[in-house]
Amino acid sequence: MTAIHTMTLAQLSEELAKKTLSSVELTQYFLDRIEKLDKKYNSFITVTAEHALEKAKQCDAVRAQNQAGPLTGLPIAHKDIFCTKGIKTSCGSKMLDNFISPYDATMVSQVDAAGMVMLGKTNMDEFAMGSSNETSFYGPVHNPWDLNTVPGGSSGGSAAAVAARLTPASSGTDTGGSIRQPAALCGVTGLKPTYGRISRYGMIAFASSLDQGGPFAQTAEDVAMLLQAMSGFDPKDSTSVDVPVPDYVALLNQSLSGKIIGIPKEYFKQGLDREVEKRVQDAIATFEKLGARIQEVSLPTSPLSISVYYVVASAECSSNLSRFDGVRYGHRCDNPKDLEDLYKRSRSEGFGDEVKRRIMVGTYALSSGYYDAYYLKAQKVRKLISDDFKRVFEQVDFLIGPTTPTPAFKIGEKANDPVSMYLSDIYTIATNLAGLPGLSIPAGFVNDLPVGVQLTGKHFDEGLLLNAAHCYQQQTDWHKRIPKSCA
Amino acid sequence: MPLDRQEVEKIAHLARLTLNEQQIPFYASNISKILDLIAQINEADTDNIVPMAHPMEHLTQRMREDKVTETDQRELFQAIAPSTEAGLYLVPKVIDEQ
Repeated sequence: MTAIHTMTLAQLSEELAKKTLSSVELTQYFLDRIEKLDKKYNSFITVTAEHALEKAKQCDAVRAQNQAGPLTGLPIAHKDIFCTKGIKTSCGSKMLDNFISPYDATMVSQVDAAGMVMLGKTNMDEFAMGSSNETSFYGPVHNPWDLNTVPGGSSGGSAAAVAARLTPASSGTDTGGSIRQPAALCGVTGLKPTYGRISRYGMIAFASSLDQGGPFAQTAEDVAMLLQAMSGFDPKDSTSVDVPVPDYVALLNQSLSGKIIGIPKEYFKQGLDREVEKRVQDAIATFEKLGARIQEVSLPTSPLSISVYYVVASAECSSNLSRFDGVRYGHRCDNPKDLEDLYKRSRSEGFGDEVKRRIMVGTYALSSGYYDAYYLKAQKVRKLISDDFKRVFEQVDFLIGPTTPTPAFKIGEKANDPVSMYLSDIYTIATNLAGLPGLSIPAGFVNDLPVGVQLTGKHFDEGLLLNAAHCYQQQTDWHKRIPKSCA
Repeated sequence: MPLDRQEVEKIAHLARLTLNEQQIPFYASNISKILDLIAQINEADTDNIVPMAHPMEHLTQRMREDKVTETDQRELFQAIAPSTEAGLYLVPKVIDEQ
């Protein structure tokens, strides 16, 4: 048998089914890897070893009664933004360092019901605000491909943990690229589903009209298995969409012959690294070999997406984060002299700089006299961005472009310049503004650092994106490369 | 558009945050740069454009039936509260004694 950590979820699922391996053995194996290796990466905030082994034991019992499903007994790590009952849920913040969630997020319950074993909670940018995992209260995550570089963010721990093969699967959230950008920088497969596909109940809110949870794994096939378990209508989330969940795994092997792939010309300007561009062109050529036709398209308003995003996301975050008041849960300052002092000091002590900055930008944009100039104007430009996609999707089946303009940058390189950090999300943000699904897959290396390509689809067309990515991964082996630091 | 000290202090107050003296210039400079980035939205012509209210355009927020679905979990929720007494959350006194 090949080394356990190099195997995909699909392969591990077969081993469990053949009973060459028990879930308890598998779980212990990954817990040992985390224990031995995660000092280098800092990808976990909390490891739930006892809980995991208990669940694994139950999964083995379920299997003994021949009632196991495809995911029964397989490990997963959850981003620490998802509430987990009885387990610390910090959201990467001092504000919630003492928060033990009284309930499970719907996505967590669904994955648990599918039989997956939670190994722990992964590190992330504070309240998911960041593109490098450097804003975490628990310290930065180190990219397994080069420990001096960032893993991307905000789901940096989830991406790094899969890249270092500390877990075969993880969950993340994506508000402006927070699944796709770290997936690209860490060389793993990550999907941001359509807005409303996966329940947001129990997923700590950052920008409610943009936030969407999704899976990370080594392959598109594994992501399809995970998406199957995570998706579905949830009456507890008023933005959850009641659209049937297709059998994503069954769709993986369809031919790409005759599919039309759009190449947005704007995504090949705006500071795209020339070597990254070559890898993307190679990927496009592979898709052509697979039978797809390529067509250049234009998303003329997309260059404004970052500006729109920092109005919409900041405004929504300033509203969402007003719930942290030091009264009901979370950090509370010592000896408040009055109610205002309680609010102000609890929040100022509990939040880090980036979170405060975004709350303040949002507060300014929503303050009296500025609403029309900022929020309303941004929502109008957002409509133009969304209309660009609608027009393009009348001509093509899905889009391909780079996920990020450059490979992973050095830790500290952009930490003091928020605007240059924001620009690293130039290709991912428009997808969130339009509520579309986006998938990043490994497509090669530049200077030994992974490069990702991004597939963007129509609403609820995750099946086609995963199908295309699966076909690509049958022709390439970028997704099988493993960083030396975790060997 | 650079923000001055007073504006930064006003926004911080509205957001119920306090910044210390040394932090103010740092926040003023960073937030000003972000507002410059944001100002690019004015390049777009949005006459007669209806603002997007939901990322899935044809959808609106769903309503639910007006039925009680939650059970009383006060003890569970208050177990993680910073300060409670007799089932109530405690905050500093807000009404002056006469």
